[in-house]
Amino acid sequence: MEALLNEGVDTIFGYPGGSIIPVFDALYDYTDKFHYVLTRHEQGATHAAQGYARISGKPGVCIVTSGPGATNTITGIADAMLDSTPLIVITGQVNNTMLGTDAFQETDLIGITLPISKWSYQIRDPKEIAFAVAKAFYIANTGRPGPVVLDITKTAQTESVDFKPEKCDFIRSYIPKSTIDTESIDNAAAIINSAKKPMALVGHGVTIGEAESELMAFLDKADIPAAWTIMGESAMPTDYRLNKGMVGMHGNIAPNIKTNECDVLIAIGMRFADRVTGDLKRYAKNAKIIHLEIDPAEINKNVKCDVALLGNVKQTLPALTAKLNKQEHTQWINSFAEYETKEKERVIDKELHPTQCESLKMGEVVRTVSDATGSDAILVTDVGQNQMAALRYFRFKSKRSVVTSGGAGTMGFGIPAAIGAKIAAPKRTVCLFCGDGGFQMTMQELGTIIQEKTGVKMILLNNNYLGMVRQQQELFFSRRYSSTPMLNPDFCAVAKAYGIATSHVTKREELSGAVNDMLQDDKPYLLVVEIEENGLVLPMVPPGKGNDDIII
Amino acid sequence: MEKKLYTVTVFSENVPGLLNQITIVFTRRQINIETLSVSPSAIKGIHKFTITAYTDEDTIKNVVKQIDKRIDILKAYYNTDDELIYQEIALYKIETGKVLAMGGIESIIRKYDARVLEVLENCIVLEKTGLYEETQNMFNELQSSIGVLQFIRSGRVAITKDKKERLSDMLAKIEELKELKVKK
Repeated sequence: MEALLNEGVDTIFGYPGGSIIPVFDALYDYTDKFHYVLTRHEQGATHAAQGYARISGKPGVCIVTSGPGATNTITGIADAMLDSTPLIVITGQVNNTMLGTDAFQETDLIGITLPISKWSYQIRDPKEIAFAVAKAFYIANTGRPGPVVLDITKTAQTESVDFKPEKCDFIRSYIPKSTIDTESIDNAAAIINSAKKPMALVGHGVTIGEAESELMAFLDKADIPAAWTIMGESAMPTDYRLNKGMVGMHGNIAPNIKTNECDVLIAIGMRFADRVTGDLKRYAKNAKIIHLEIDPAEINKNVKCDVALLGNVKQTLPALTAKLNKQEHTQWINSFAEYETKEKERVIDKELHPTQCESLKMGEVVRTVSDATGSDAILVTDVGQNQMAALRYFRFKSKRSVVTSGGAGTMGFGIPAAIGAKIAAPKRTVCLFCGDGGFQMTMQELGTIIQEKTGVKMILLNNNYLGMVRQQQELFFSRRYSSTPMLNPDFCAVAKAYGIATSHVTKREELSGAVNDMLQDDKPYLLVVEIEENGLVLPMVPPGKGNDDIII
Repeated sequence: MEKKLYTVTVFSENVPGLLNQITIVFTRRQINIETLSVSPSAIKGIHKFTITAYTDEDTIKNVVKQIDKRIDILKAYYNTDDELIYQEIALYKIETGKVLAMGGIESIIRKYDARVLEVLENCIVLEKTGLYEETQNMFNELQSSIGVLQFIRSGRVAITKDKKERLSDMLAKIEELKELKVKK
């Protein structure tokens, strides 16, 4: 406990069990120092800790027991690894003498988590605790952040030692900081200065590095249009003049098409995930590529770059900006408009302003909520159509305002992540969008919401289908809806059982009233909206196709 | 891309579970490890892994970077055969009776520059150090003439043709960084 306090921890998510009782016993004496949140499932604890980490910028901490408690954290750990989220997972483990004997609730958690964590370590001796915890926090929160697992045996939990605070700021086999290579900066600057059609891609690295103002200084100076990956949303305000929207499978048409037209592509804190690039053989073939990235293993992994700038974008961006000429690319920027108009007419208007006789659409629900919050809320999403609609149509004024499961695409992420986000930012409005599928994967966390009185605003877009899979079945599998229709419970009755305020919207004219009702106070709320059954999230780049094959 | 044999050298801290961390990177990309040898390096507390695998250069570059990324790995790099001096060691167990009855073993030993490690009543153990083809050729010849009871070959050990072990340079740099931090 002292070791955690020493790292500035104020919030812990968790679930107790046999092999971790001594730690929880110690926690009992520290209830005034930590805000402890009991979730209803260990997976919920990890996602809540992730939501907390993504909004606060500090590592999320969870404590769970051995065996099934520990294996329930796997999804959260893998998710945090793919989305570079600092997460400390402390798990109980059986006695030292019982290790390796298939003892009750023993699993080889270190073995399981090695490929999906940044570092995992078993503590068998209480003397190691102080340093291992310090090392865990250092690793989780420096360089490219990630999840760290500390597996503490019962022996190490029960023997007592005098606590000596330890700090870790150096590991000889792990040097997270790279020195800025001035030659690469000069090369990159020369390429950008001579570019006619430059474009930037903004990833999660900007938010992690808190480099939002450095990003905009860079874009403004060289007048570069920028698009974002879903992890990079809210690094630029939605209304910012150079913000050209989202790239990738369900991104906007203009930046996807323009990726293959630009002559210089500047990737900023992103990793060229397949959901962003589509078919690599046809990706950005007319462009010289400049990659600003903190993780050397991402350089040339998926897309080969002409210049790599290793390091935190907080440092590399200003160094690059300093070498740039002031430029204007008006004609190039204006050329995006043609596709923006096309998308507005053929997709966005239909989604936001459907005819009165049509059923409710996902986009219009998202935009109604977004407008009602003054575009200043934190958006949390689950995974699937709800996620893509929310990311496409929610609007942002403030940085660090999106929590979504990007790399892993974890259904069930939404509810617990929203709890964590709200705890990290109690004064902000937190809106969760989820589907009927994802909601039912972690709806036990409604219990956490009432216990903690966490005022999350949950909007359930219900189409009684696993919508994203249904969409792909409609488009690519001859409408064979295998295993996607769902018989759902009365969601409002579920909320009522927990004592959570709720309303059910089936008609367009009820929507804005219900949204206003939801947002009038800071209490938890479940808004169930019946949306059209066969809604599609468009545009879409079919899996494995090139970004200019986008369908609308 | 052309596939060829790459030798990956990894220097790591001496902590449990490291071999697992390294092999996971190969497994995820479905690369078969041909040979593997692990031993303490010249520098105290640091272990050295020598791994060979057939793959292409783009893949091996990524593999090495992903190994290097692991927290407890100090340094990983790859080389092709022409940049290395490398050897493998092989042991051959043959039947004493047959050797005595058939004769001719001395010429094989001389031909392959092998040596006799042990002579026992029931078996003789020969040892040969060399390249893969050499130890294999000797095996083939013994097998077809006298017959081999047991055969074992080690993984590759390799050193680069550079003057210095690259790790020592790196360690020196790391120590400098550490001192800078302490001064701060």
